[in-house]
Amino acid sequence: MSADTRGARRAQPEPDPASGTSPDLVPDKKAKAARSDRARAEARLGWYLAGPAFVVMLAVTLYPILQAVYDSLFNYKLTAPDDRTFVGLGNYAVILTDFVWWRDFAVTFFIMVVSVVVELVLGFALALVMHRAIKRLRGPLRTAILVPYGIITVVSAFAWFYAFDITSGYVNSWFDWVPGIGPDLNWFAQQGTSLFVIIASEVWKTTPFISLLLLAGLAQVPSDLEEAAKVDGATAWQRFSRVIVPNMKAAIMVAVLFRALDAFRIFDNVFIMTNGANNTEVLSLLAYRTSIGQLQIGMGSAISVLLFLCVIGICFVAIKLFKVDLAGARGER
Amino acid sequence: MTGTSKRPSEGRIDEGETVHRRTRALAAALAVATIVPLAACSTGEGSGPPVLTWYINPDNGGQAAIAASCSEASGGAYRIETSLLPRDAAAQREQLARRLAAKDASIDLMSLDPPFIPELSEAGFLAPVPEDVATATTQDVVQGAIDGSTWKGELVAIPFWANTQLLWYRKSVAQAAGLDLTQPVTWDQIVTAAQDQDKYLAVQGAKAESLTVWINALVESGGGQILENPEAPADELTLGLETDAGRNAARIIGEIGSSGVGGPGLPSEDEAASLTLFQGDKGSFMVNWPFVWSSTLGGVDAGSLDQALLDDIGWTLYPQAVEGQETRPPYGGISIGVGAFSEHTDLSYEAAQCIVSAENQASYMVSDGNPAASTAAYDDPAVQEAYPMYDVIRQSLEQAAPRPQTPFYNEVSTGLQQTWYPPASVTEDGTPVTSTEFITAVLRGERLL
Repeated sequence: MSADTRGARRAQPEPDPASGTSPDLVPDKKAKAARSDRARAEARLGWYLAGPAFVVMLAVTLYPILQAVYDSLFNYKLTAPDDRTFVGLGNYAVILTDFVWWRDFAVTFFIMVVSVVVELVLGFALALVMHRAIKRLRGPLRTAILVPYGIITVVSAFAWFYAFDITSGYVNSWFDWVPGIGPDLNWFAQQGTSLFVIIASEVWKTTPFISLLLLAGLAQVPSDLEEAAKVDGATAWQRFSRVIVPNMKAAIMVAVLFRALDAFRIFDNVFIMTNGANNTEVLSLLAYRTSIGQLQIGMGSAISVLLFLCVIGICFVAIKLFKVDLAGARGER
Repeated sequence: MTGTSKRPSEGRIDEGETVHRRTRALAAALAVATIVPLAACSTGEGSGPPVLTWYINPDNGGQAAIAASCSEASGGAYRIETSLLPRDAAAQREQLARRLAAKDASIDLMSLDPPFIPELSEAGFLAPVPEDVATATTQDVVQGAIDGSTWKGELVAIPFWANTQLLWYRKSVAQAAGLDLTQPVTWDQIVTAAQDQDKYLAVQGAKAESLTVWINALVESGGGQILENPEAPADELTLGLETDAGRNAARIIGEIGSSGVGGPGLPSEDEAASLTLFQGDKGSFMVNWPFVWSSTLGGVDAGSLDQALLDDIGWTLYPQAVEGQETRPPYGGISIGVGAFSEHTDLSYEAAQCIVSAENQASYMVSDGNPAASTAAYDDPAVQEAYPMYDVIRQSLEQAAPRPQTPFYNEVSTGLQQTWYPPASVTEDGTPVTSTEFITAVLRGERLL
């Protein structure tokens, strides 16, 4: 939407229209002293503005995380609070030696990789369409592309579920010309077809998000570079792969990281469509079923802590190994 | 952000101060704006009679109507407000258990599914039933409903309605297959009949509570029990699946699953999907709760179903698992529990007595299709007219077997759903063994569920 392009434009440092040069670069002792005052005042204002959010963040994220870590060391069921016993790392041992954890881990990882790859390709295409669309079409086009992202995940999960459901769905009759699809195909009776619908729904829902991030990246690619390449006789593909993509690597990596973290925590689609049947259970659902379904607070907390560690692991791999530059993507450097 | 910090502006510090003042004023205004409505929320009571909140399972509006009529009948002593629980039984339990564990005082009355009563009672989440209320509310009530509301020899909830599954059949299919349904039939007979006629058998094969209901009915009908000592602590519970009854149950489910007679929808088929299948061209036999009758009637009234379909539907007792051995149909229903943390337990029990009156049960059965727990309700002409099968329902309730009553019901039920699913994978020799091993390990905290 327009807010994002504004953000992208603002990210580019603009020369001061009056003097033609950026005043911050003028070496002046007086200015320096004033700036340090200003800097201090701004820092203080920054804390005033960010402080409440910081405190809220501590209260709503750090405290529960610590509480979960503590709870995970106990055998603790909510309906039998008096039977709580300390088991140390026993819960972790049970989880990590259990087939269910590793099966769910593999399913979650599979959904994450496939959905992110597909979304990246589709998202890039949509971002290019939005970027290149003639001005008159831009608004309606962006709105159209963003509609799925505006739909609540549970609602979209139900919509996809009912579309593919064998008793009430229409997909089987609309697509019966596709080999393998017929009135007797129960999409939610096998792992493969269930995962297909789950991933398709996920892709449909979140591709707009990734395309928005990529659109912001596209807007940052200097047009003069592209023009220079054009003048030098580069083909459209060469301009895309040699100029555009390398210049928006930061934006791509951030989009991939955000979506990967999101996809790894997938819950709604699986919960609504199969509730984990036919080996489609994901880690968030396992944590939910253990904590909320069975009220096993200890074991459930241990699963949540492990899930949290997985997410940190993904961040670590992305930032250290793939060198994702979060600050760069926001235009701070 | 970056743009503004790099841009110069004169009188910056003064402006900063103003910004501070403005920010603080804005923050204060925001805080007031947030807190005032919150405070308004907390004083919901105000004047007027005490409000009792009744957490109900979704229905056709019958419970809300009862709440309104009981509020009126109380003469201003209380007012019952209903609050809707999720649709499936497991989710209802989750919400209630979570709220009660947090000592939610807003739960005065709740509609409870019987299998979850021991867990809530054992945890001290249910207010004790006064003796006089217990006596008054168990007169002329089918035994199954009393058993379902009892834990460790004491009534802990008030029976409201009692549910049971019947065998519903299409008369045309049964006739074509030459099956005489005036006599008790077995599962094997209806499977063969459906196969011969190239029709689908409607049973609940989805990985949900309904699968446990089916397994339990089959095991009990074979003379066995899923749990042999349901009142034991978790690590001492013994399963009764590795028995003739357990193996026979596995044989029946496995055969229906792998032969295809359950139809392609079997692995995701719940009660509603069963009904849709049964009403369709491939419908033959179905085990299901009596709501299917009012639902089909509604469909005919609305014009979405033919009268011919309704005329073609017959009913009888749940099929036998073993020929000649009396069937034990599934038992369900709802009992009314009173929250232990409620501020109005006396009034709540007063209200509960009004809710479960025989008249209310009868009218609820007519309006919502849920059978009464009170035997007196079946003498009501309105019930007899709305449910021509009232006699079969009453008999089925007398024979019905509840699911295992244990505080660890959720573990047992989910464990069964994990190991007896999909129906096509169930085998006579394998499933009872793996299922027993798995559930035992889960109860000992050695396996994840």
